[in-house]
Amino acid sequence: MTVLSIENISKKYILSSKGKSNNDLRDTITGWSKRLVNPGGISADIKQDFWALKNVSFDVQQGDRLGLVGANGAGKSTLLKILSQITEPTTGSIRIRGRMASLLEVGTGFHPELTGRENIFLNGAILGMRKAEINRHFDAIVDFAGIEKFIDTPVKRYSSGMYVRLGFAIAAHLEPEILVVDEVLAVGDADFQKKSIGKMRDVSNSGRTLLFVSHNLTAVQGLCNKGAYLRSGELIKYGPVDEVITEYIKNVSKFQLAQSWTDPGPAPGNDFVKIKSIRLVPDESHTRPNLDTTTHLRLELEYWNFIDNAELNVSIFLYSMTGECIFNIGDEAKFYQKGTVKAVCEIPGDFLNDGSYYLSVMIVRDRLAPVYFFEDAIAFDIIDYREGTEWVGKWPGAIRPKMIQVRSWQTELS
Amino acid sequence: MDSRVRVITNKKSISEYIAEIWDYNELFWILAKRDIIVKYKQAVLGIGWAAIRPLITTLVMALAFGRLGKLDVNSTIPYMLIVSVGVTVWLYFSQSLTTISTSLVLNSNLVTKVYFPRLIIPLSSIFIGLVDVVVSLVVFAGLCIFYQYVPDWKVIFIPFILVLTFLASFGVGLIAAVLNVKYRDIGQLISFVVQFGTFLSPVAYLTDAYKDGANGGFMYKLALLNPVTGCIDAMRWSMLGDFAAFNWGSFIPLIVFVLITFFYSIRFFRKHEDTFVDYI
Repeated sequence: MTVLSIENISKKYILSSKGKSNNDLRDTITGWSKRLVNPGGISADIKQDFWALKNVSFDVQQGDRLGLVGANGAGKSTLLKILSQITEPTTGSIRIRGRMASLLEVGTGFHPELTGRENIFLNGAILGMRKAEINRHFDAIVDFAGIEKFIDTPVKRYSSGMYVRLGFAIAAHLEPEILVVDEVLAVGDADFQKKSIGKMRDVSNSGRTLLFVSHNLTAVQGLCNKGAYLRSGELIKYGPVDEVITEYIKNVSKFQLAQSWTDPGPAPGNDFVKIKSIRLVPDESHTRPNLDTTTHLRLELEYWNFIDNAELNVSIFLYSMTGECIFNIGDEAKFYQKGTVKAVCEIPGDFLNDGSYYLSVMIVRDRLAPVYFFEDAIAFDIIDYREGTEWVGKWPGAIRPKMIQVRSWQTELS
Repeated sequence: MDSRVRVITNKKSISEYIAEIWDYNELFWILAKRDIIVKYKQAVLGIGWAAIRPLITTLVMALAFGRLGKLDVNSTIPYMLIVSVGVTVWLYFSQSLTTISTSLVLNSNLVTKVYFPRLIIPLSSIFIGLVDVVVSLVVFAGLCIFYQYVPDWKVIFIPFILVLTFLASFGVGLIAAVLNVKYRDIGQLISFVVQFGTFLSPVAYLTDAYKDGANGGFMYKLALLNPVTGCIDAMRWSMLGDFAAFNWGSFIPLIVFVLITFFYSIRFFRKHEDTFVDYI
């Protein structure tokens, strides 16, 4: 059964720039007087239409868990705002069957001066709960948030974690037919994230419908069965979540998996060496479309050497997105003649964690003097792949090596 | 499961609009309750402030206008009582006006994050002033005991006049609230209006005082156009026994003012409420 049907939704914003900001009375009045003095003159208003959403249409079936993905500014938030009726669509219509609750942030409308108890009723009413309903769930909410002791303390004295937990706990007990969630998982400690994902699973397992927006692709993949990918206000792809995420990653990643030059002239380098080619290739056994944590990778480098009898070696640096060096390894120095030199480095699967990486290569002479440092030669993303675990949060750690194993066994029976 | 189908478009009929406001009546009560709790929280005197404010204002006004301005010479009843009624009405009017006109901006965290009929926010301001009014009336009763003065049966009209006073502030306040979303200048303007209004409205003197002096007739007619004049006159008629006669001259402009501003302001509000989130 279709519970949510979005038909041709568009949303237009008018951006007015320069000459008329229209945001305070003075500007408006001076605008009027300018027009009065100079009617029909050159209008200073430059108005531009901006379509935050363009003809977006899709249907959501009952029990579906839809993940909405897209870069910042793709229109995800606008769509959520229209769905939650905070703003109206310029054109198109949305049909909703059943009660919908949206959680664009947790603890909406919490008043710092009020106690936890008072805020539960306030926030519940804001989210559309009846008083009887709140009374029924009151103990469960307090318990879920873990704030029994502070229930009569004003929330301004809460820690930020308690504040967020209470906010999520109230929303989690809403029991709507359709729950819309935006990025609330970005907050709270691992334990609480696990609880909230569990709660969202419950929502979907009980036949209710979930709409989930997050930048955490792992969470989307783990939680949702359907996906919708928005780019610049347009729906690019809608369908099974794996296909949508693959499409999304293909679109956004700033992949640079290979660079090569046929002629030494423009190639990067100097009078001693120049780079001919560098590429990162997955092992032939890898069949999935994206590089993931299980993929075995091979780095191949080829460079021109312009000096006879040079003692050279290659040093490879792998950095995480944040610029932290994951490893630096080199090969043994050898004597090379003029011509091309090739180097290969294997990075095993089940070694790197998911994330974005970049790679630099240094060519060293006489075992100590850097000849040329080829920075940011390769950039790649590794996506998450996991089996045998229910945990869908971000896997911590710079690396995720499988060769280091944990074994356990029973030592005694009682 | 709730099998109602809701449709979100950019058109909504008036009956759907009213039904929806009714649907959210629990939110209305809880927002009103929140405002009252928050107002007196973490103050040692708490609700006591609601009594201190009208009492001190009445004393100061009676001293300034009655004793120093020599307006109390012809009065047949204690001047404090006359001023107390004016202060009660004025405080309610000005407080409602201020609260309503700033209500949308102060609740912007709600406006931008969740949906509910926006009209609930200004509507729920009715109670925050009402608590103060009730306390002001208690202060008035205290003054009556002090002066051994007994009002007559006409006090039963007090609630009706209070509703009229709220409605008089509601229309203007609502328009100001809408404008305040886009132009924060309105907030400044309202506090200005309230400051002048204290002296231009017959709070500490009788409306008839306008008749004195040069151009008295014209000034009196101007004063009648002030909706607060109508409220205060009516309240004095109801609370001060035979002292004040019913003044149709100020009551009819009040009713006209309320009718026009009420309906116009709601139309104005509906027209702009969809864009609040884009400008707030």
